Amino acid sequence: MPTKDEKDTFAAENTTGHEWDGIAEFNNPLPRWWLWIFYATIVWSVGYWVVYPSWPLVQSYLPGVLGQSDRADLATTIAEAKQRQGTYLAKIEASDVSEIVADKELFDFASAGGRSAFGLHCSQCHGSGAAGFVGYPNLADDDWLWGGTLADIQHTIQYGIRSDHDETRSNDMPAFLTDETLDKEQINDVAEYVLALSNSGSDAEAAKRGEPLYAENCASCHGDDGKGLREMGGPRLTDAIWLYGGDKASVVKTISFSRKGVMPAWEDKLDPVTIKQLAVYVHSLGGGE
Amino acid sequence: MTHTTEALREEHAEPVNKRETRSLYKKRVPIYPKSIKGHFRRIKWTFLTILLGIYYVVPWLRWDRGPNAPDQAVLIDFPARRFYFFFIEIWPQEVYYLTGILILAALGLFAVTSMFGRLWCAWGCPQTVWTDLFLWVEHQIEGDRSARIRLDKAAWSPSKVGKKAFKHVVWIMISAATGGAWVFYFADAPTLARDIVLFQAPAAAWLTIGFLTLSTYLLAGHAREQVCTYMCPYARFQAAMLDEQSLIVTYRSDRGEPRGKYKRGESLENRGHCISCNQCVVVCPTGIDIRDGQQLECINCGLCIDACNRVMDGVGFPRGLIALDTLSNVESRRKGGKDTFRLIRGRTVVYSSIMLVVGGIMLFGLISRSPLDINVLRDRNPLFVALSDGSIRNAYTFKIINKLHDTRTYSLSVKGLSGAEISVAGGVAPDKKFTVAPDKLASYRIFLKVDREALENEATDIEFVLTDSVSGTEATYDSVFRGPDR
Repeated sequence: MPTKDEKDTFAAENTTGHEWDGIAEFNNPLPRWWLWIFYATIVWSVGYWVVYPSWPLVQSYLPGVLGQSDRADLATTIAEAKQRQGTYLAKIEASDVSEIVADKELFDFASAGGRSAFGLHCSQCHGSGAAGFVGYPNLADDDWLWGGTLADIQHTIQYGIRSDHDETRSNDMPAFLTDETLDKEQINDVAEYVLALSNSGSDAEAAKRGEPLYAENCASCHGDDGKGLREMGGPRLTDAIWLYGGDKASVVKTISFSRKGVMPAWEDKLDPVTIKQLAVYVHSLGGGE
Repeated sequence: MTHTTEALREEHAEPVNKRETRSLYKKRVPIYPKSIKGHFRRIKWTFLTILLGIYYVVPWLRWDRGPNAPDQAVLIDFPARRFYFFFIEIWPQEVYYLTGILILAALGLFAVTSMFGRLWCAWGCPQTVWTDLFLWVEHQIEGDRSARIRLDKAAWSPSKVGKKAFKHVVWIMISAATGGAWVFYFADAPTLARDIVLFQAPAAAWLTIGFLTLSTYLLAGHAREQVCTYMCPYARFQAAMLDEQSLIVTYRSDRGEPRGKYKRGESLENRGHCISCNQCVVVCPTGIDIRDGQQLECINCGLCIDACNRVMDGVGFPRGLIALDTLSNVESRRKGGKDTFRLIRGRTVVYSSIMLVVGGIMLFGLISRSPLDINVLRDRNPLFVALSDGSIRNAYTFKIINKLHDTRTYSLSVKGLSGAEISVAGGVAPDKKFTVAPDKLASYRIFLKVDREALENEATDIEFVLTDSVSGTEATYDSVFRGPDR
């Protein structure tokens, strides 16, 4: 009973004729149509040259009859996306920030846009999670130097802090040592008093000596009870949050040489819609009032 | 000189690399399967009718899901990213059900193959079903095997042109109906049917119909068995599932050999029952000789069994010279042993148990599937926020998936963190009631605030519990609350 296998094994016409050390290469022929499909794909590829951009020329390239261009497609896609965003953006432009957060859909859109803008313009100083660094305020907590309402935040973003804009938020803490208003001893006492306000002081005697000095030099901005004055941008000294560090050395340094963080005014760099979205986003980080 | 002449005389070898011995390509030799009646032919017709019936009818079945959802029983809704199957509705994130189905299908194929050979190829495969249908059309128009061979050899005449044209027109109509039915699974069938009739259907529908028309016409009309031998991977690896215990279409060589022409009344000594009538070869749709043994072209359809049985009846031999049998039985009979069939073997046990496990997991997943899903993503930047009063706050992105077809309102609570205060970002959900539209996902930012003293560890395990205020359905999600290093 001759089987196909035996025929394959022994018949010479079923090898390609190539032989190496007695090992012959079988010839299992492909179906003819397979070859035609191969030729068809070659012909098809010529069609691509005609239809799509193909050969590079000296100055440009063969554009193809369809005029397809990835660059133009991208521009169209972006334009379409912009158009889809347009209705929301127009709504944001027409709305007050407080109206934006009341509308779930608009709020979601504005926070997403704000997050993107924050990453681009704000994260360099405030961190990508808005948790800030020493000297750069944490925007996710509930401590605000200049106020944490939507309007306050919008104002801060728009005009900046100690920026060159006329409307900027600004204050000027004296450098008590440099200005020779207080000597080192007195500064130590004031620092102890300030630390005692948040129950982290160690020298009650010095704190007591510092109390009148505080009332005379600091209370006008930081408040009689140390709870800060928002209208002056005077930080609260009674809480657990310290922008420049809450250890004694940092506090002494702050009193001695002052601190003057600067935030640019974004009014000229960003459009009002982006600023509103940023305000909504920052407000939604958790500390918004 | 003499030396050269002698040498020339001696060397009689054929050049091995002669052009005609080395063609790397082979023209398809047409196969003209003869039509045959019998047991296996009936099974094939039955399967063909049932399967085509399912294929064409299913998109038209309706299933009421209420006012906010489609009423098509089986619908793959790509734009809305939903898959509807009667009472089941699959969201894109549940596509693992598809993985499960694919695993079950693959293992099912392996298990059936190891037990009963290529039943899928014989009865279930679309290539088989449509090829059978096309062959039937060809048979109706051009006649049976010998008539078709004669027609193909004949010179072109009006009658031949007419028959051929008629056949191809019918084939193309069937192909178009194939593609036409396919698109109904992806859109509301009655609407799409109307759009197709009015030539208003979307381009994607026309392209799909066009592509499937072409592929059906080519594969079932022209390529046929070439799909099985050259394109199908299963035909190539199915041998790995078979063993000598698999029940496959078998020529019982122990009984048939030695074969030869048979005259009625001739002695049966020194010969087998195979009378070399070649009926098994002429009915074979893949053009093989089953007497060569199991081979990759054989789709196990059993038409050769039908053909052989008729011949055996005619010459008065018992049926079953070709039958569903195992290789080990052929061997054992040759040695005078008995027939056995072992269904429970290592491989069948392994295939079945994996199928049971996968099927069990899927069934459990399907039964415990909730119409309410939540997904909580804890903020990792910052890990936590220290507030001015010394308390600690964590933020979470909270996603609520309402798979029901009406609007639901949910309330949220947290377990595992005493005195935790929940708040929601923005002006949304001020009363901490979360309203989610039917069949939608809603995303919120949730804040948890707790006293620093309440935290015993850097990380505290917590559990969010979301409760449907109407049905009381609960969804829980395990998460973590992080505080400062202690």
